[in-house]
Amino acid sequence: MLRIAIKMLFGDGARFYGILLGLAFASLLIAQQSSIFVGLMSRTSAFIRDTPQADIWVTDPDLLSVDDAKALRDTDLQRVRGVPGVAWAVPLFKGLLGVKLGDGRRTVCEVVGIDDATLIGGPHTMLDGQVADLRQADAVIVDNRRLARELRMDTGERGPDGRPIYRPMRIGDEMELNERRAVVVGICDNNESFQYAPQVYTTYSRALQFQPAVRRVMSMVLVRAEPGKDPTELARQIQARTGLSALPASPFEWKTIGFWMRETGIPINFGIAIALGFFVGVAIAGQMFYNFTLENLKYFGAMKAMGASSWLLLRMVALQGVVAGAIGLGLGLGLASAFGLSNNPDRLAFVMTWHIPVITAGAVLVIVVGASLISMIRVIRLDPKSVFEG
Amino acid sequence: MTAVANNLAIDATGVTKAYGKGENRVVALAGADLRVPYGELVMLVGPSGCGKTTLISILAGLLTRDGGSCSVLGVDPQALRNGPRTTWRGRNVGFVFQQFNLVPTVTAQENVAIPLLIQGTPRAEAMGRAGDMLRKVGLCGRERSLPPQMSGGQQQRVAIARALAPNPRLLVCDEPTSALDGATGQSVMELVARAARENGHAVVVITHDERIFRFANRIVHMDDGRVTRTDEPLKEPA
Ligand SMILES: Nc1ncnc2c1ncn2[C@@H]1O[C@H](COP(=O)(O)OP(=O)(O)OP(=O)(O)O)[C@@H](O)[C@H]1O
Ligand SMILES: [Mg+2]
Repeated sequence: MLRIAIKMLFGDGARFYGILLGLAFASLLIAQQSSIFVGLMSRTSAFIRDTPQADIWVTDPDLLSVDDAKALRDTDLQRVRGVPGVAWAVPLFKGLLGVKLGDGRRTVCEVVGIDDATLIGGPHTMLDGQVADLRQADAVIVDNRRLARELRMDTGERGPDGRPIYRPMRIGDEMELNERRAVVVGICDNNESFQYAPQVYTTYSRALQFQPAVRRVMSMVLVRAEPGKDPTELARQIQARTGLSALPASPFEWKTIGFWMRETGIPINFGIAIALGFFVGVAIAGQMFYNFTLENLKYFGAMKAMGASSWLLLRMVALQGVVAGAIGLGLGLGLASAFGLSNNPDRLAFVMTWHIPVITAGAVLVIVVGASLISMIRVIRLDPKSVFEG
Repeated sequence: MTAVANNLAIDATGVTKAYGKGENRVVALAGADLRVPYGELVMLVGPSGCGKTTLISILAGLLTRDGGSCSVLGVDPQALRNGPRTTWRGRNVGFVFQQFNLVPTVTAQENVAIPLLIQGTPRAEAMGRAGDMLRKVGLCGRERSLPPQMSGGQQQRVAIARALAPNPRLLVCDEPTSALDGATGQSVMELVARAARENGHAVVVITHDERIFRFANRIVHMDDGRVTRTDEPLKEPA
């Protein structure tokens, strides 16, 4: 009889495709919007992932996110180094500075100053040049993501429309950071970030020179735990001994993501889109499935007369719901994945973690189970005598 | 007396049934009596709303009665609990409906197999028996047709094959010919009458269609929830 149930579903062309379309559309919307949401949110903490050398991030206790600027005292570095279990601790500068390009254009970039001695905290992937080249005079490494649009160089040539023709910055190019000369010695490749400003790496001491006279410049301290020492435990000890905030990388990422979730309308906006997908699913697919069952009520009635138990009929309806749900979900997730794969990851934030298909499946399950339940009430309440009435 | 009683497929006396409560109460049956021996085809006739469908629904165990006594194939359906009653009905009662009620998206053969599948008959066996039944009702070669591809008469033949597939001792038909033209109705009734004649089944047919009266062993007239008159066998039924 379950085979008959499947044939009833597949045979009902228009309504079946309607149910599938509704479910596919709902799962597409839910999965795609969630993936973009996760993608965007993970960009907020891109810098933490771009600095994989650190086990623990030590910052001002009031710091809200990795992009927040609340500098530490220079003496804090020594205090952190004094905590037992710390293998090494290095200072990091991170701040926005004005840039003047060769042709006089101005922009803003995010300067990252890394420990002069060890160069820890530098870029993880170099496209051109080496991190060690930062030891040369006035050296900086620029991130490739904004080279074509922001950190571009005037070729001196003019296009047919009279406009300047630009090229991406490359090794050997120069610019001015706060009126001081900087020479590009390398191009690195970082994760796409939420911040628009191009990233420029240099040494910590050079970053201090770029920086106008301010007293505190150390943004954070990067810490590595001694081998065998649990970073979470060490972070707790650093926090207790210094009064500073100390977080392993993953909690620090979550702190940053949490900040953006709390302080921006992004989660609400995506929440609305996801809810919309869900309600579209309920409205189209749920409603069509219910209609499908109503249409079949007279056949279920005849089967009931012919000795089918309510339990058997319920199993048939449930199977129809689950099969339609599985196919619709598969189509929707497939479309969402195709959408994600066909987009340039640098432009579109799209990260489908394993949670997303699971959550989408849950939503589809709620839709089909809900629709089946309401349909089932009709099947159980069905007056068997009604089969005699045309 | 006992001999006669033992020969009765249906023995119902003083059956009463009312729908609704208070102001909306409608008395559908006000003490209806019906006896149907095995091997006979009884027709139930009467004006619309007189309680015909209500009576056969009670006899088939689809509906509970308010009063009276009822023995169908030796049991009182109402004395059975829900599950066993459903099983009993599936094994012993075949149904033919005015609107056929064939599942339109499965083949004729599968439609006929449905009551067997419901009883848990393995699919291969159920399909084999369904094929045999289709041949018996003259639909050889139409096994794979879908109901919408068939004429009304062919669909009703499929429905009869479906009703007879579990070899039920009681066959109930509510207006089996009213959706069919005269000649088609005659050929469908021949199949129904054969079930009584050849297999000794008891058959109850509700109808308004005088053209098929000739198939009846007995014609039971109802009015206002009661049996008012029974026409005893005219001659040998067709
Ligand atoms: N489910 C119901 N609820 C309320 N009243 C009902 C219900 N079913 C039938 N009735 C009423 O009971 C009476 C008998 O109905 P029934 O369907 O048995 O008549 P019938 O002889 O089969 O009529 P028809 O020839 O039109 O099919 C009618 O007055 C009808 O309106
Ligand atoms: Mg009726």
